[in-house]
Formats: sequence, structure tokens, C-alpha cells
Amino acid sequence: MSRIQKTFERLQAAGRQALIPFITAGDPHPGITVELMHALVKGGADVIELGVPFSDPAADGPVIQRAAERALAHKVSLRQVIGMVAEFRKTNADTPVVLMGYANPVEAMGYPEFSAVAAQAGVDGVLTVDLPPEEAEERVAILKQHGIDPIFLLAPTTPPSRLAAVERLAGGYVYYVSLKGVTGAATLDVGSVASRLAELRQHVSLPIGVGFGIRDAESARAIAAVADAIIIGSRLVQEVEQGEAGLANRLTDFLSGVRAAMDTARA
Amino acid sequence: MSDCYNQPDLQGHFGQFGGIYVAETLMAALEELRIEYDKAKHDPAFIAEFHHELKHYVGRPSPLYHAQRWSEILGGAQIYLKREDLNHTGAHKVNNTIGQALLARRMGKKRVIAETGAGQHGVASATVAARYGLECVVYMGAEDVKRQAPNVFRMKLLGAKVVPVESGSKTLKDAMNEAMRDWVTNVDSTYYIIGTCAGPHPYPMLVRDFQSVIGEECKRQSAEQIGRQPDAIVACVGGGSNAIGIFHPYINVPGVRLIGVEAGGHGVETGMHAAPLTANAKPGVLHGNRTYLMQDENGQIVETHSISAGLDYPGVGPEHSYLKDIQRAEYVAATDDEALAAFHDLCRFEGIIPALESSHALAHAKKLAPTMSRDQVIVVNLSGRGDKDIPTIARLAGIEL
Repeated sequence: MSRIQKTFERLQAAGRQALIPFITAGDPHPGITVELMHALVKGGADVIELGVPFSDPAADGPVIQRAAERALAHKVSLRQVIGMVAEFRKTNADTPVVLMGYANPVEAMGYPEFSAVAAQAGVDGVLTVDLPPEEAEERVAILKQHGIDPIFLLAPTTPPSRLAAVERLAGGYVYYVSLKGVTGAATLDVGSVASRLAELRQHVSLPIGVGFGIRDAESARAIAAVADAIIIGSRLVQEVEQGEAGLANRLTDFLSGVRAAMDTARA
Repeated sequence: MSDCYNQPDLQGHFGQFGGIYVAETLMAALEELRIEYDKAKHDPAFIAEFHHELKHYVGRPSPLYHAQRWSEILGGAQIYLKREDLNHTGAHKVNNTIGQALLARRMGKKRVIAETGAGQHGVASATVAARYGLECVVYMGAEDVKRQAPNVFRMKLLGAKVVPVESGSKTLKDAMNEAMRDWVTNVDSTYYIIGTCAGPHPYPMLVRDFQSVIGEECKRQSAEQIGRQPDAIVACVGGGSNAIGIFHPYINVPGVRLIGVEAGGHGVETGMHAAPLTANAKPGVLHGNRTYLMQDENGQIVETHSISAGLDYPGVGPEHSYLKDIQRAEYVAATDDEALAAFHDLCRFEGIIPALESSHALAHAKKLAPTMSRDQVIVVNLSGRGDKDIPTIARLAGIEL
């Protein structure tokens, strides 16, 4: 059983939802990332999504674009990001890590080599924003051979006809994009997310996480009432952007507040 | 190979290139576009309206002009120019924006967005938006806004909103990123008019189809004026829409060399260029498709260099990558200096001020013609006129306008 699956089963048994924070690897510099990952775990992270910086992040809003630019100023590469996961694994064997990014850095490395190296380092899942199921078949097969879960996105615009392909290819969990837009965009509508999730669950058996637009304890609580996981990215990256002073503690404190709110969601 | 050319496949693949590499939110919109285009393509009323607009609004057919004096001076093959520079708005771009604006209208979209490099596609988009009463927003790299000031003002005169893009290298690729972000946010109300034969399927196919009017006319005109088809067709390639437009109808015609000319910048050997095909770049994924792509060893897209904003792009339309692989088309580069020399030649010997983009194609014709005999024919796709480049040329000459 994969680390992601184990995590969701443990949470489900306890009647809780997963808290999945996102930070960009190498932001604001590569030396700090592993420390920040541990800080996220301390604050209650059940899974970590680690952003792989890319020069052309067409699906991201300004906050995560700037994070990628800061990381790329240090020339942070996919190989280095995998190295950070290996470093994190030296002292954490339980928290799943999902690499989230764009297709080209993985294409440049090649799927066979990437999958082998990433699996060896302890990467559990890969979410490639610009790789829909239509183009994913062969690539996913290689990931799965190495025990890496392919995480797919679902959107408000996804028609039911596409869900079968996602169900067939996806592993770990699926990531429901709560709104039409880029990361860090406006506010989400809890009511429409709830009704959409009910529909999706008829076709998708994996746990469903919700991201885009969750930025505080309040929105986390509301979404945790209907989803299996909540994903917070831009809000944390903004915290990173505030500067390094006390950063690890600030991330821990922010997540602890979210965690506490989530645990009252279905109470 | 060529008598059975039938690309792309149903998923938009040209061999290993093309395809659909976008975030999930856009998948439904692309499917809707694919279905609607398929219907439109088979709808005689749509085709008739497209051709009516090309004739009466754009002024097609564009002439095939024998550049007799320049040919004489070069002392080799006869050079003919396919005069896309004489189109309304001054370039080939309008062929495509009319087609796509008609599609947008058919799909009930009231708002169109576009990315632009040199500003020609932005102007062509703003023009058709005004013509069909659509709201228009054009994304343009902040760097390009500076070097293409006349086109920025033209777009504003036509009622478009021009948004300078400050991210990344502040050029065409970043404008395209920003347009994708707008589209993903406003996908219900908005039609994205992509200006080149790149992007996710079905864009490379539909842009090619709309631009193919260039090659179809050229075929007819060559038969009438020369009594046969040319020996070589030369066109500049950034994303490659003017090139694919003139190449495509010729893919199945044997004996016609198809030559794409990329932006060699300071020289392909210097690394300061925008010539992925000539430089043997690796395939990669950007802006929704897989194609040859200028990138570093970690898969990050590298900054490009060209004197011409319209060619300053790290990728190339996927069909060009495919035509290179199957060896149906050849790809070479012309440097900034070579393009400038050809620019001045055409001004002085033919009384035509060409766009800097098209000057790259002219530069290659200038090299090629003397190696051919006087009874051979080269057609250069003169994709645009150079009025927009006059400030750049003046600056290079140290002249204050």
C-alpha cells in the first residue's frame, strides 16, 4: 500500500480530513526547503505538495509565479528538488510528498529516469498541471511501475465523460480545482463545491482534495466538511514572501490554526 | 510520404509533436472548439463568409509579384514575392483572426483575447474585434510594448485594451502565458485567438487551415503567371503561421522545396537566437503542445534573441517540427544582420518596405538565388510590411525620428 493510501485510510478511520500544504521548492532559497517541510508537518500537514519551479507557470497566479522566479534565481532544478525530498526522508518516513509542477522539466529528464530517481528519494506522487489524461497514458504507466501515484486535476468545467479516464489513470487522490482561474485567485463558493463533489464521487473512488481559493481557517473548515482533503498553496507562499525571519514557526502556527478548524468541521 | 499527408491525428498529434498539454480547466473549452470548428469547416455558409471577408475586407487575393530588378541584381533564380504585406492590417495575421473571430461569434463568445509579439497579431485581433463588435484584450510583453510602440497605439485606436506583461522575459512567450491565465479564468465568456500555429489542439490545425489560403492562391497564381509551380518556397518561422500557410498546400506537390527561415539573432553558434529547429533543440512541452523547444538541461525555457519581436519565440508550431523530422521541409536561420541587409535591399531595389520578420526569409532567398539558374523560381512569402519596424531601423541607424 502506498504512503498516500495509508495516510488517507488512517485519517478516514479517525473521521478526519487531510491537510495538504503547498510550498515551492527552493523558495526563497534551496537551503531552507527541508526545514520548511518539517515545519509544515509540525503544523499538521498530512501530505506535502512540493512545487517544482518552472520558467513558464501558465496555470499559476502572481504569488506562485514569483515563488518560482525566486527559486529559479538560484537555478533550482528538478534533480535538486528530488534531492530535497531525499533529505526530508532521512528524518520523516511517514509523510507523503507529492511533486507538483509542469510537464517540461520531467520531459527533459525523461520519465524512466525521473521515476526511478524520484521513487528512490521517497517521492510518493506527481501532479503535472499540464498533463491531462489524454496525453498521460504511457507516462503514468512508467510512474506506476515505480510505485509513484499520478495525481490528476478535476475542474468545475470537467464533463462527466472525462471522469472515466481520470478514474482509470489516477492514483493517490484527485485534486479538485475549486474555481475557474489560476492559483491564488479570488474566493471559492462552498455551495457549488459541495454539489460538484457529490457528483464527482459517483465516478471517482479515490479521495478528493480541494484546492484554489482556500486561504484561512474559515474556508478550510467549510471545505473540510465536504472534501477528503484541503490544499493550501498561495496563502503559505505569501507567508514565505514576507521574509525568512521566524518563517518556519509562522508556517507551523498558520497550519495549526487551519488544522484545529478542520477538526471541528464535522464535529 | 507526401501523397498521403494527413496530419494531425484526431488528438492533434503531428507524429510525436502537437497534442493537448493544458490544465484540466481548459480541456472542455478545447473540446468545444474542436467540435465547433469541425462543424464550421463543413458548413458552406461559414466557408463562404470567410472567403467573402478575405476578398472584400482583407483585399485578397494578394498579388504574386515578380521582383525582377532584385532578381537581376542577385543574378540567379527569379524571385517572386507573395504579397501578404498588402493585406488589410499589413500582414498575413488577419487571415487567421477573421477565421477565428467568425468562430467566436458562432460560439456566442462576446470577448476575445490574444497574445502578441511584434503587435501584428494584436492589431489583426483588435481589427476583427472592432469589425464584429467583440470586446478585445491583447497581452503583450512589456519589452515588446516598448519596441513596438506604433502597433500598441494602433490597437488602442481600434478599441482594444493592451495589457503589458511584466513576468519572465517580458516577450511573446510570457504574453502567451498571461493569455492562458486570462482564458482559464474567463473560459465561459471568452474566446482565445491564438496567433500562430502553436498552442493546444485544435489551434495548430485551425490556424494552418485559415492561413492555407496563402498557399492555395500561390498555386493558382504560379500556374497562371509562371506556367508551373516554383522550385522553392521560402518563409520566415517564429511560431510559423505564415510559413505553414504557404507550405501546407504544397506538401503533396513534388519538386517544390519548402524552406523555413528562423531568427538567427547574433548567430546560431552564439546561443543568442530564436532558432530551435536550426539549432537542433530537444523536444519539449510548452503552451499546450509538444515541439522542438529552446531549453536548458533542466527543462527551463531559455530566453531568445531576435531583432524581430515577431520571431522572438523559443518554440515553433508542432507541424514544423514534424515536417523537419519527415524531411519534407528544410529549416535554416538568418542572422539579425543578414535580415537587415535584405530589408534594405528590398526597400531600395523594389520600393517595398518589408517587415523585419519577413526580411529573414528575404535574407535566405538572397543567399539561395545566386546558387540557382535564371529559369528557376523562388517564391518568398512576404508576410508583412515594415512600417511598424521603422522606429527600430531608425534607432539602429542612430537616427532620431
